[in-house]
Amino acid sequence: MENMMQGVMNKVKTWARINSPWAIHYNSGSCNGCDIEILATLTPRFDVERFGIKLQGSPRHADVLICTGPVTLQSRDRLVRIYNQMPEPKFVVAVGSCGISGGVFQGCYNVVGDISEVIPVNVYIPGCPPRPEAIIHGVVELLKSLQP
Amino acid sequence: MEPKTAPEKFIVPIGPQHPALKEPGHFEFTVEGEVVTNATARLGFVHRGMEKGAENRTWIQDLYLMERVCGICSHVHALAFALGVEKLAGVQAPPRAQAIRELVSELERIHSHLLWLGVAAHEGGFDTLFMFSWRDRETVMDLLETISGNRVNYSANVLGGVKIDISEKQADAIRKGMDFLEERTKHYLKVVTEDETFLGRTRNIGVMTFEQADFLGAIGPTGRASGVKRDVRVDSPYTAYNDFPVKLVTHTHGDLEARFIVRIQELYESYRLVRELVDKMPTGDLTVRVPRRIPEGEVISRVEAPRGELLYFLKSNGSDTPERVKVRTPSLCNWSSVLVTAVGHNLADMPMILAGIDPCFSCNDRIVTVNRKTDSTQMDWEDLRQYGIEYYK
Ligand code: SF4
Repeated sequence: MENMMQGVMNKVKTWARINSPWAIHYNSGSCNGCDIEILATLTPRFDVERFGIKLQGSPRHADVLICTGPVTLQSRDRLVRIYNQMPEPKFVVAVGSCGISGGVFQGCYNVVGDISEVIPVNVYIPGCPPRPEAIIHGVVELLKSLQP
Repeated sequence: MEPKTAPEKFIVPIGPQHPALKEPGHFEFTVEGEVVTNATARLGFVHRGMEKGAENRTWIQDLYLMERVCGICSHVHALAFALGVEKLAGVQAPPRAQAIRELVSELERIHSHLLWLGVAAHEGGFDTLFMFSWRDRETVMDLLETISGNRVNYSANVLGGVKIDISEKQADAIRKGMDFLEERTKHYLKVVTEDETFLGRTRNIGVMTFEQADFLGAIGPTGRASGVKRDVRVDSPYTAYNDFPVKLVTHTHGDLEARFIVRIQELYESYRLVRELVDKMPTGDLTVRVPRRIPEGEVISRVEAPRGELLYFLKSNGSDTPERVKVRTPSLCNWSSVLVTAVGHNLADMPMILAGIDPCFSCNDRIVTVNRKTDSTQMDWEDLRQYGIEYYK
């Protein structure tokens, strides 16, 4: 009986998570290009909110962390802290070539490297910057992969 | 806890990750009640060490690195760099290339100002205007995409010219886009000058007098809103600004409203200029040859970015990599103006005042300024580098 209840609860939770993930955005050293494209996904032409995705402020309310840019030495600790503050289960989306490999900033002295060197990443979205459509596609792919 | 008799200062930290900030920066506002009495900023979260990185790459690779100093004004960075290298090499791009460079600069200014209008309105709690202006901004993004193939970081420049051409069909699309945007901009000007609730948040807020602006070295639209007549496009025209001049837009009030008005009127100037450019585009080649090894020398190249004057210093030792690249971006010059105008305002006005200068963190994060009442340290690039290496050892 207990197990059954648990099973039902889990199903409800997954359903809720897939239908309305809340996202938080952190820029750990990007050039801005990716960030304005993420912001553009919220605006009327693209409108991610139709998938129930909401961008909001506090890491403690977020399911998805959307990261842009290479990780600089200064923002590394912040990024880890934000990640740790998020409740389980959490997912990370790395947006842009910089987040995937360090991009053009590879080898600069203040750059640690790509995002996966600091925190685990679930979805990568390539492009410099990726188009808003690509960002939406990436997030939707993430949601699909959560589908039981 | 012991009750304290002396009035206690309360410090509100904001950032680096904060809903009101789209990019990481850290601010501390000292408040008494609701009123801000002191403000300090800590920047440098996006410091990547690009200037040093540029020294390890060739001139051609650097063009693409420099374009990524900032994603919002990417074209002007590449342009300033290309102009400097061309000056060092003693060549000049052909007239058509110069005109296309100016055209892309102006389109970029339009996209940047519309972006700013939206973000500033959002900080003021006016999300409808944010959505509207970003919807209309897509028009100019589409234009940039049709002519260059990318929405951001267009890579229009190569050393010695441009790599994109404007066809008749594209010119038509640009004209149509400008007509649409001009109509919309009229509406925005009306909103920011007549809407009561909006004026309540902008009129007489964050006032910076001409003297203050001049003293603090405010540049770009922030300075021009306080009556500082400074615009590189007018003062020392580059690319095709000699043949296609731009009118200086200034305002005298120096408050947030004036900053809105100046930027919106600059939009009109840009629309006019873009139309003129596509109508009277000179014909001819797009590039000239630039040697791989750049002759020894030093050069300063200045351009007007959407946020103000952008300065590049380049030093070559005759090889195919630069010896020194120094970038000074407009946002850095305008920071001090925020910290001064913030004092005496309500805490709730801070996001608007911050957004008022259109700050761009990825641009200015190459220097750290710790600005407290008692001690003030400034670290130059070498110290910063040493500090960074020591700190993270
Ligand atoms: S991927 Fe490109 S646009 Fe995105 S942060 Fe990196 S350089 Fe900028």
